[in-house]
Amino acid sequence: MATFQFSVNGRPASVALDNEDTPLLDVLRNELGLMGTRFGCGLEQCGCCMVLIDGAPEKCCAKPVSSIAGKNVTTIEGLGTPDAPHPLQQAFLDEQAGQCGYCLSGILIAAKALLAANPSPTRAEIALALDGNICRCGSHNRILRAVEKAAAVMRGA
Amino acid sequence: MNAPSLPGPLNDNPRLDLWVSFPAPGKVVVNTGRVELGQGVLTAMAQIAADELDVAVARVTVRSGVTDGMPNEGYTAGSQSIQFGGLAMGQACADVRALFIARAAKILACATDELGVRDGAIFRNGAATGQDYWTLAPAIDLSVNASGLARRKASADLRFVGQSSARTDLPGKLFGDGVFIHDMKLAGMKHARVVRQPNKGAAIGTIDEASIRRAAKGAIEFVRSGDFLAIVGNNETAVELAGAASVNHVSWTHVETPTPLQQEANWLLQRPVVDRLLGPPEPSDAQGRQRFEATYSRGYLAHASISPSCGLAQYKDDHLTVWTHCQGVFPLRGALARMLKLKPDAITVHHVQGSGCYGHNGADDAAADAAVVAMQMPGTPIRIRWRREEEFIYEPKSPAMLVKVRALVDSAGKPADWTAEIWSGNHNGRPGGGNALLAGYALPDQEPLPQANEVPEAAGGGATRNADPLYDIASKRIIHHMVTETPVRVSALRGLGAMPNVFALECAIDELAERAAIDPVAYRLSITTDMRARAVIEKVAAMANWQANAPRGNGAGRGIAFARYKNRAAYSAVVVDLEVDEEIRLRHIWCATDGGLIVNPDGAINQLEGGVIQSASWVLKEQVRLDNGTASFDWDSYPVLKFSEVPPIDVALINPTSSDMPLGVGEATAGPTAAAIGNAVSHALGIRLRDLPLTRERIMAALLKD
Repeated sequence: MATFQFSVNGRPASVALDNEDTPLLDVLRNELGLMGTRFGCGLEQCGCCMVLIDGAPEKCCAKPVSSIAGKNVTTIEGLGTPDAPHPLQQAFLDEQAGQCGYCLSGILIAAKALLAANPSPTRAEIALALDGNICRCGSHNRILRAVEKAAAVMRGA
Repeated sequence: MNAPSLPGPLNDNPRLDLWVSFPAPGKVVVNTGRVELGQGVLTAMAQIAADELDVAVARVTVRSGVTDGMPNEGYTAGSQSIQFGGLAMGQACADVRALFIARAAKILACATDELGVRDGAIFRNGAATGQDYWTLAPAIDLSVNASGLARRKASADLRFVGQSSARTDLPGKLFGDGVFIHDMKLAGMKHARVVRQPNKGAAIGTIDEASIRRAAKGAIEFVRSGDFLAIVGNNETAVELAGAASVNHVSWTHVETPTPLQQEANWLLQRPVVDRLLGPPEPSDAQGRQRFEATYSRGYLAHASISPSCGLAQYKDDHLTVWTHCQGVFPLRGALARMLKLKPDAITVHHVQGSGCYGHNGADDAAADAAVVAMQMPGTPIRIRWRREEEFIYEPKSPAMLVKVRALVDSAGKPADWTAEIWSGNHNGRPGGGNALLAGYALPDQEPLPQANEVPEAAGGGATRNADPLYDIASKRIIHHMVTETPVRVSALRGLGAMPNVFALECAIDELAERAAIDPVAYRLSITTDMRARAVIEKVAAMANWQANAPRGNGAGRGIAFARYKNRAAYSAVVVDLEVDEEIRLRHIWCATDGGLIVNPDGAINQLEGGVIQSASWVLKEQVRLDNGTASFDWDSYPVLKFSEVPPIDVALINPTSSDMPLGVGEATAGPTAAAIGNAVSHALGIRLRDLPLTRERIMAALLKD
């Protein structure tokens, strides 16, 4: 059994596992009880499992936990709370941006990474940044509007 | 006086305490048989209940989807939740309000028409009475049947219905809460994966347990019953690895291997069929009228839900409890009872949200898998989550369809006689009737099933849905060839046959307009006297600034299409702007919809937009590939529309509060969107493509042939 240490949403985490190839997603959900990061495919195709690793958006359904030892992971639970929502979460509420909502954790994480790198993205740039995230219900345009709105709020516009 | 007829679901479940209760001061609980699928139905039901009970919407808690103590409304499907389930909810609440008013009148020794309700409190001629629902509730017996006598609110008196209301289910999904069935954890729960029987009739040959255990890198056990084989363990990662490895370490006999030929709709021709004629026989003589004939088709589609299906089950003290994200907890309970040889009342089924399903995906089957394993491990809660490829390969597909349209055209270029001849598998593969849960095909000693039936026309039809044009055509018929054996399991997907049928008929209407040298909008209006149909067509044309007789064949195209879903739900018209060279780029889509009384306008628009986008994805990209089995097994082999491919979409609701009657909207845009894209592509290229999806390969082939 091997032990891995990293940080999740600013707090230290330590897990002991028989299988060091256990995906980070399984560790978040089954060892740490953080259910907000969703399983969609296990193939790094759909984006439901997106988290930030040292600030970079990454799909974590096939990423061995051993590869993130010592790194900082941010999950959807690290964005905001109902009492203190992140501007993205508030904008998604305002725009009612979602239907089933299964894709939203990953999309919020991808959007957060985009706005950190580009505070004033065009709609086309937002769409390209979200092409790694699948939305099957067809809430795309609401999601794009919400990210634009959050960007404006975060710029203080 | 005859008793008024109750709305269907209330007639089926007339006891008022199944629908409404007042569990604590200030609180109202209503139960609906409709379940939340991401379509916002629970939010809308709260609006309906709040209006009819005269309470603030925040007081209303909506419960749904349990087989104990709740109305049985069958499936949450077919855009019927508001049109029928909402009517039942509204009438039940109106009847409950009337019982309370009658009781208060007795206590206050006054006439009922002196009394009113404000946020649950009883007022007499505008003055407070000290009575409210919660003071009166202990003395009122709600275990009585609905009378249907209470008058529903007139649309002018509605305060919540008709106002956009924020979805109650959305916050949890934005803050990463464990709201999905996938997030459930029960004490002592074990994880499981099924070693999937490749097809009905396949039998297990050999099992290389040692190799599967090695791949798991953790402890697992095997559970087997007949040809049903599952892997169970405490560690989900190990079980998942074992499940993936088992594909290569379990051999099967009697395996069917469908081929690429079978994936195409024209394979359906010359198959065994059950034939029906709906309408008068087709005339053998054209009687001097011009003939038009064209063939349209679409391949098999996957629901492609973003999450693979999940189910939980526990068998304890002779009672089976199942948690599922399926569309109908009562029908699932019945199918489980038959498969497991239990009495229905020995089973409780709970709905828990999953990802969008858009129809009959793997949800019922995953629940059945969990139940089978749980029955073999009494006391232990079992959670099963399908693997991604398992969902793609084993979910029931929407059947391929081939539609021949034949019309006889009068001297003015208008259709006088219309035939839609349809070849399709069955759209009604839901458990029950002639269809087993997937596990049922692998288990021993199963009862033989009766012949499966297609959805009857009285319920909107399956393969025939929307094949009957709403236009003014003197003589019409549908010839339906139900193909009884399909190369993949088939069942219900959003709209059933409506999308391929509307694609066929609305493309054919465009072809007739072109022959008559009449603009497509003017042509449609010239054969439509239905005022609501005319209104959505005129509205969408105005929204898109439609210009008659725009030049064809220059690579940029515009198309229109119209349908009234099931010819009895919402009216919807769609205009699409696009560009085509080798591929199609959508530029803008406009949609005008008359959904009657709209409960939650923003929610309805969200559903209509979603239908437009999903249909665009079907039309541009989607077809299940068959090659030595199902060759569409992940998001690379079954791509769907991406963010950068979605155009701006404008949706207008026509007269959303002018009617008292809601019309289902959730599936209304899929057909018109598909046909509007087809018509726009034809406009852009100057040649007609009649087979979906409109892939690069098909476009190139059509251009080369031209």
